[in-house]
Amino acid sequence: MLAALVAFLVAFAIAPLPTAEAITIYVSNEKDNTISIIDGDTLEVVETVPVGRRPRGIGFSADNRQLYICASDDDTVQVLDLETLTVVGEIPSGPDPEVFVLHPDGRILYIANEDDNLVTVVDIEERTVLAEIPVGVEPEGLAISPDGRWLVNTSETTNMAHFIDTETMEIVSNVLVDARPRYAQFNHDGRYLWVSSEVGGTVSVIDAATREIVKVIGFSIPGISREGIQPVGVRLTSDGRWAFVALGPANRVAVIDARTYEVEDYLLVGQRVWQLAFSPDESLLFTTNGRSNDVSVIDVGRLKVTKSITVGRFPWGVAVRP
Amino acid sequence: MIFFPVATARTSADPGLCAGRSRAGSGGWALIRGIVASLALLYLGLPPAAAEEDVETLRIVYFTQEVERPSVIYGLDEPPQDEGLQGGRLAIADNNTTGQFTNQKFEFFEVVVPVDGDMVAAFRELVGQGYRHVITNLPTDKLLKLADLPEAQGVLIYNAGASDDTLRNADCRPNVLHILPSRAMLADALAQYLIWKKWRKWFLVVGRRDEDRLFAAAVRRAAGRFGGKIVAEKVWDYGPDARRTAQAEMPVFTQGIDYDVLIVADEIGEFGEYLIYRTWEPRLVAGTQGLVPTMWHRTHEQWGGWQLQRRFHKLVGRWMTPLDHAVWAAVRVIGEAATRAQSTAFDKVAAYLRGPEFALAAFKGVALSFRPWNGQLRQPVLLAAPRTLVSVSPQRGFLHQYTELDTLGYDRPESGCELD
Repeated sequence: MLAALVAFLVAFAIAPLPTAEAITIYVSNEKDNTISIIDGDTLEVVETVPVGRRPRGIGFSADNRQLYICASDDDTVQVLDLETLTVVGEIPSGPDPEVFVLHPDGRILYIANEDDNLVTVVDIEERTVLAEIPVGVEPEGLAISPDGRWLVNTSETTNMAHFIDTETMEIVSNVLVDARPRYAQFNHDGRYLWVSSEVGGTVSVIDAATREIVKVIGFSIPGISREGIQPVGVRLTSDGRWAFVALGPANRVAVIDARTYEVEDYLLVGQRVWQLAFSPDESLLFTTNGRSNDVSVIDVGRLKVTKSITVGRFPWGVAVRP
Repeated sequence: MIFFPVATARTSADPGLCAGRSRAGSGGWALIRGIVASLALLYLGLPPAAAEEDVETLRIVYFTQEVERPSVIYGLDEPPQDEGLQGGRLAIADNNTTGQFTNQKFEFFEVVVPVDGDMVAAFRELVGQGYRHVITNLPTDKLLKLADLPEAQGVLIYNAGASDDTLRNADCRPNVLHILPSRAMLADALAQYLIWKKWRKWFLVVGRRDEDRLFAAAVRRAAGRFGGKIVAEKVWDYGPDARRTAQAEMPVFTQGIDYDVLIVADEIGEFGEYLIYRTWEPRLVAGTQGLVPTMWHRTHEQWGGWQLQRRFHKLVGRWMTPLDHAVWAAVRVIGEAATRAQSTAFDKVAAYLRGPEFALAAFKGVALSFRPWNGQLRQPVLLAAPRTLVSVSPQRGFLHQYTELDTLGYDRPESGCELD
């Protein structure tokens, strides 16, 4: 039995590590109504799949076999089968879905409906709406704590991060942040929530327990006006070391030391950088650049931009499949 | 004598309203006809007394007076009867959605004084009842008359209807904030774009009305600031309705001038449309017709603008006009200040919204705030043709040490007003 275990471990050890070879990057093209599929090995577009109108937020099912796509102008979330690359179903989403977040249990999807000031809670398997949670004006960003207990929604015109208890589906606290909060992201242990404010030009770090803002991070880039810096997508490494913030029309990704909250660098990427996604091993970070119609690839270890990949028009969302 | 058609915040749509209209240029203070009849249906009696000590409620008044509207060339685009009001109603709904989380309530009262009504008495009555946030859609003379009343000294007036630059300079008042852009801001926004295009030679055609002369003055000022050259200037004084004669008159009127762009100053739309396609040389028309600088336009969809357009259209059944947007912005200014100040108390709201921290997200990509020296809301200006948004100013490359938004209109060093 010991021998068998050793054999197993050896076999495992010599098996190829899950490197970039296996990954695939999916990008939603808002104005082309397509998904671009990028091979993680060659970093080239290998396929372009037509989907619903105005695709924006995208993300995988729990088993990584399906891609959920907010088709905003079709008022639905589409389900794309990643083997056949065909749309195999729809999830009831409420009108104008822009982004969603999946509960860690893989069963519940939370969707922001901008026009109706609601977050729609959907059971994916049953395809039923479990609840509609009234939130502030123009809900946008969604984040879920690693333990699945807390859902956070940001409302762009109300300018708050709403903390929602996922058991009672009710708002329990509201944290006022700077103007037009776009995106929310918990850190790896769920202790802190990072919220970007597009028009305010800042990122707020909120203590998830006390719901107090512990730090407001500002940005300053020589030659770019204060108004030209508009934080949107945020990603945090799971080792707690780095935070990356897409700065929209500033065409840069800010690199922030997640322990000190100091901005360490600004990486020049494509135009109107919007959303970000890591490779599973967090060695690469992919950015969607809406106005230059490309994806920039950032080497996280070296903090360098290494490649730009042309995709469709107005790339918006990005997701990386292991 | 005092007419008070007043409705509390209403959020229901009226599907019977006429189609949307985008007002060119500035000014934008709508000459409302028939609004009294319309609002009479909403008459709910005098507004409840605001004196009661309900600290959680903030009351906002929309105040306008009906006027006789001069006839324009076509009766195609009548201003909606509820223009302005509906922007306020949408913003009040937004404020109240946020207010659920802050224990604040916002109420909106709409006051329309008839043409021959006593505006001053109506205003005094409101102030006497404790209303202190008053959004006006009034021309300059009437606005100043109200602002200078002794009763108005503890009131903030939000100007949503008068684009005169004198209100931002010699005639500025500490109790007046300007929500809509001034003519100088509009002209500067257009000028920056024309300079960026390298269309520097301008032929200025001015209408026969006072406001046309003010718009022309703003264009001349913009030319001096940004390097445009006014190569010729003519007054159009041939009277209204040249529909049958325009094809003969306009080519001759524009003959023999070497220019890049014709800039027309015709705020009520008496003749400007006739110039388009009829100039002697094949040239573009901009100004109050053709390519127009404006606070808002129905084709604007960037920076989440489409969300606001959709929500307004869903509520009202037509597109948002610049006046709707100005009243929307005024109500949102107050709401945002109350949220941030965590108070509905007049002094706290008034102090916050004029302070350095104030930032309103208004679907134009950057935060709006007030110029402390003259109370003007600094904002990007849209440049639009009838069915397309052409650009948004300030243009790239027009730099400013503090904010590029202050390249539009009267900046601090040149201001004839020093409120700060």
